[in-house]
Amino acid sequence: MMLWAGVLVASAGCYLLKLAGLSLPQRWLQDERIQRTVPLLPIALLAALVAILTFSTGHRLVLDVRAAAIAVAGIAVLLRAPFLVVVASAAATAALLRLL
Amino acid sequence: MTGTTSPARGGIVRDALGIGVASGAYALSFGALSVTAGLSLPQTVALSVLMFTGASQFALVGVIGAGGSVWAGVATAALLGTRNGLYGVRLSSMLGARGLWRLVAAHFVIDETTAMAIARDNVADSRFAFWATGIALFALWNLGTLIGALATHVLPNPKVLGFDAAPPAAFLALLAPRLRAREPMAIAIFAGVVALACVPFVPAGIPLLIVAALVVLLGVRPWQGRSK
Repeated sequence: MMLWAGVLVASAGCYLLKLAGLSLPQRWLQDERIQRTVPLLPIALLAALVAILTFSTGHRLVLDVRAAAIAVAGIAVLLRAPFLVVVASAAATAALLRLL
Repeated sequence: MTGTTSPARGGIVRDALGIGVASGAYALSFGALSVTAGLSLPQTVALSVLMFTGASQFALVGVIGAGGSVWAGVATAALLGTRNGLYGVRLSSMLGARGLWRLVAAHFVIDETTAMAIARDNVADSRFAFWATGIALFALWNLGTLIGALATHVLPNPKVLGFDAAPPAAFLALLAPRLRAREPMAIAIFAGVVALACVPFVPAGIPLLIVAALVVLLGVRPWQGRSK
């Protein structure tokens, strides 16, 4: 139930943000601080997600096969591999290391 | 002006389909990761239909999958969605969508449709590119999600397959194109370090919100002598 509420509220929020861009007075959104801050949010949040999902489990900081997996994914990104290849290479690395 | 098929249209349709196919592949992994994170098949499909903005969808299921509260995931998804609001600034006069059409157009305001629309040199082609990309993407994004979710549904133990290593890789792939300068790189490293430093002390998902709050503080501060 909680998950459904989250799915619906987050979807509504994301939709309203899109609609706001098309509907609000242009001058508001062209405010310099907004223009400067908003593009930084995805960079910071995506980087934080990478760090947390790679180097922590619950409340502990850990170094495990995911670190090797993200390194392989990083190489795939540098080689300009397609999205699915980047993700699959990380999963395959972790799976293989667990087999060893 | 119906019937005037500008020579650019064929190329736009080809590009739109190319983007759609690439996103469909990316949606396969979204579907798989969402089900692995514990969302049901209908919830996964609903996210792609209703939210329809990739990074936010990945963030919501990423936070939930990592044991964070649903609401921390919701907040992170919304914060990632703020950039779509800025795209509207560039698109609204271009699209000229009113009333009901604006409500439909808004759903399609995302990275790919904006990039395709603003790359054109006349308004008619921009509109065409926006709608062509939006429709192709919406169809293939949802198809990819459904296939990825269905395929994962039948897997016995996704963790053995390394699926826990897939979400950070997905976020890295989304992040990489935004790191082409020194400042974004510095912000990314700062954000990663701050997030990890918070992990032992606050509930899961909250480090993301702390990072977002710091970025906002950093952004609204008048940068002395920064702009020229």
